[in-house]
Amino acid sequence: MAESGIQNSKFKIQDSKPGKIHSPFFIALWLSLLFLPFKGIKAASILFVSLLLLLFIFRAFSGYAKILMDKLNAMRESIIERFKAVYAGSEASGMIAYSLLFVFLFAIPFFAKDYFIDVLILAGIYIILAQGLNIVVGFAGLLNLGFVAFYAIGAYSYALLNTKLGIGFWPALPLSLALVTLSGFVLAVPALRLKGDYLAIVTLGFGEIVRLVFNNWDSLTKGPNGIGGIEPPHLFEMHVSRLSHYYYFILFFVVLTVFIIRRVKASRIGRAWLAIREDEIAAASIGINTISYKLYAFAFGAFWAGLAGVLFAAKMQFVSPESFTFMESVLILCMVILGGLGSIPGIILGSVILVMLPEMLREVQLYRMIALGSGLVLLMIFRPQGIFGGKSVSSGG
Amino acid sequence: MYLLEVRDLTKHFGGIRAIEEVRFRAREGSITSVIGPNGAGKTTLFNCLTGITRPTKGVVSFLNNEITGIKPDKAVKLGISRTFQNIRLFREMSVLENVMVSQHCRTRSGLLSAIIKNKAFKNEEQAIREKALEYLELVGLENYSDTVSGNLPYGSQKRLEIARAVATEPRLILLDEPTAGMNPQETAEMMGLIRKLRELGKTVILIEHDMKVVMGISENIVVLDHGVKIAEGTPEEIKRNPLVIEAYLGKEH
Repeated sequence: MAESGIQNSKFKIQDSKPGKIHSPFFIALWLSLLFLPFKGIKAASILFVSLLLLLFIFRAFSGYAKILMDKLNAMRESIIERFKAVYAGSEASGMIAYSLLFVFLFAIPFFAKDYFIDVLILAGIYIILAQGLNIVVGFAGLLNLGFVAFYAIGAYSYALLNTKLGIGFWPALPLSLALVTLSGFVLAVPALRLKGDYLAIVTLGFGEIVRLVFNNWDSLTKGPNGIGGIEPPHLFEMHVSRLSHYYYFILFFVVLTVFIIRRVKASRIGRAWLAIREDEIAAASIGINTISYKLYAFAFGAFWAGLAGVLFAAKMQFVSPESFTFMESVLILCMVILGGLGSIPGIILGSVILVMLPEMLREVQLYRMIALGSGLVLLMIFRPQGIFGGKSVSSGG
Repeated sequence: MYLLEVRDLTKHFGGIRAIEEVRFRAREGSITSVIGPNGAGKTTLFNCLTGITRPTKGVVSFLNNEITGIKPDKAVKLGISRTFQNIRLFREMSVLENVMVSQHCRTRSGLLSAIIKNKAFKNEEQAIREKALEYLELVGLENYSDTVSGNLPYGSQKRLEIARAVATEPRLILLDEPTAGMNPQETAEMMGLIRKLRELGKTVILIEHDMKVVMGISENIVVLDHGVKIAEGTPEEIKRNPLVIEAYLGKEH
């Protein structure tokens, strides 16, 4: 593997003089400081000492630890390789694995609890969102911190079209998507004159503006009270109302999203996006109109956020501005980075993990967000390129 | 017939005069070298020709059409392509992908055909792939098509950049220091490659410091010093030109 050289160096914990971010001292200090506000100084210091001890023991056996790490790494690599082979769909075994996966996904509602299905539906919506953001951030390399705005516009479009004008799900879907895509263009035209951090700030502002408009335009959106009574989707005269129906409904759209984005990635459009991400000047110098392709990325990404928004509104039958805060944008970005920038299967995994993990950690209520947060930070320190090894965040451009 | 004509080209960065009223012409199918000490404005000249920077004054005409201040992607579409002094590959894309993406402006599949994968799309993808392999063969990298381009050795990266430039199907190729940092053997191979480009009917303009390369392959040499053209001529003429000797070695006292 071409990347393995880089990956192995990320796993080195040996050089741990104080001052290095990988040093046991700092890791222990940081984790215990996180717990300080919750458990007081005594518990935090106990945690600090025990963590330090643990990490030093780990260091003392670092020879073994390294072997273990390498083994784990090799295992992960081989799983990914196998997954990639399957994902490429080039072999018969790939097709079999695909079919098995589909059968499994199809069968879930027959044995799973309603609560679990509900979580999966949410995960599905987030997969669509994260795949959309991945086009902008992962493919074209444009940091967008206000992605949730398009999600909100999609959700509110359907909500308003349905409750004010009585338009059903299927006719409202293309209308809403057109509106969201258009808003993607509208934001991109002024924003794309900016680069890097400046672009991030402008998109962040856009996200907040959209939320505040929905929050304050009382006559249209009923402000913070939100819009209720949205019609659920219907399919051939049958209302999609039972949880399992929703599950299949969302599953269909997730598969559609992944299918289409994969194909676009493998076309000249996808290659042009990657080239812009890698080196904008070089991309322009081989004949790519960088401005238009960045515009396409923004609009195409917004399209999927809009789809997720419509599905969300139809599922919840209620929308309010508090579903579309800045934290939502951050969460979606986390899914993309966790999975690996630019990696489609990685981001599916990232979204599922970030939706499921907080649910599974409900047992430890108070600490679940800390656990999640520290997990993300540790991931960024030790594996900045994400689970599936997309592009490294630190070298991102 | 002259492919490229540059008249009174001037570029100022604030108070710095990077190039000042430079004029020269490049005949179709010729190899022209631009030489000069560091900071003479050679790369700025290239940037002005390819649309990366906009010249302050002057005219660039290509195939008798004025193209001054054209956008980079339009310049490529017309048939001007280039390489960079400090290699600018798409480092995390594979060698093959680097050359495939270069055919962007010569292909036209849209979003819809990419999604439904119709016949036209498949044929075009197939053609892109085959051509990319051909260009890799031209520079001798056909066995590395799946390597991540950032992992290639330095000399191969330079050659890949040339393959990428050729893949845009240009009539004029600008090479910015193609042999910089290469050992004698690699340099000789690079000279062979540049000659091959001419055999393919490409017009080549190169910036070069290695005098063996410059004198060995160019028909016409343009010498810049402090942004001003101080001499132009065949290698023999340039070798004897006192102004050039002065610019490179300093004045005799």
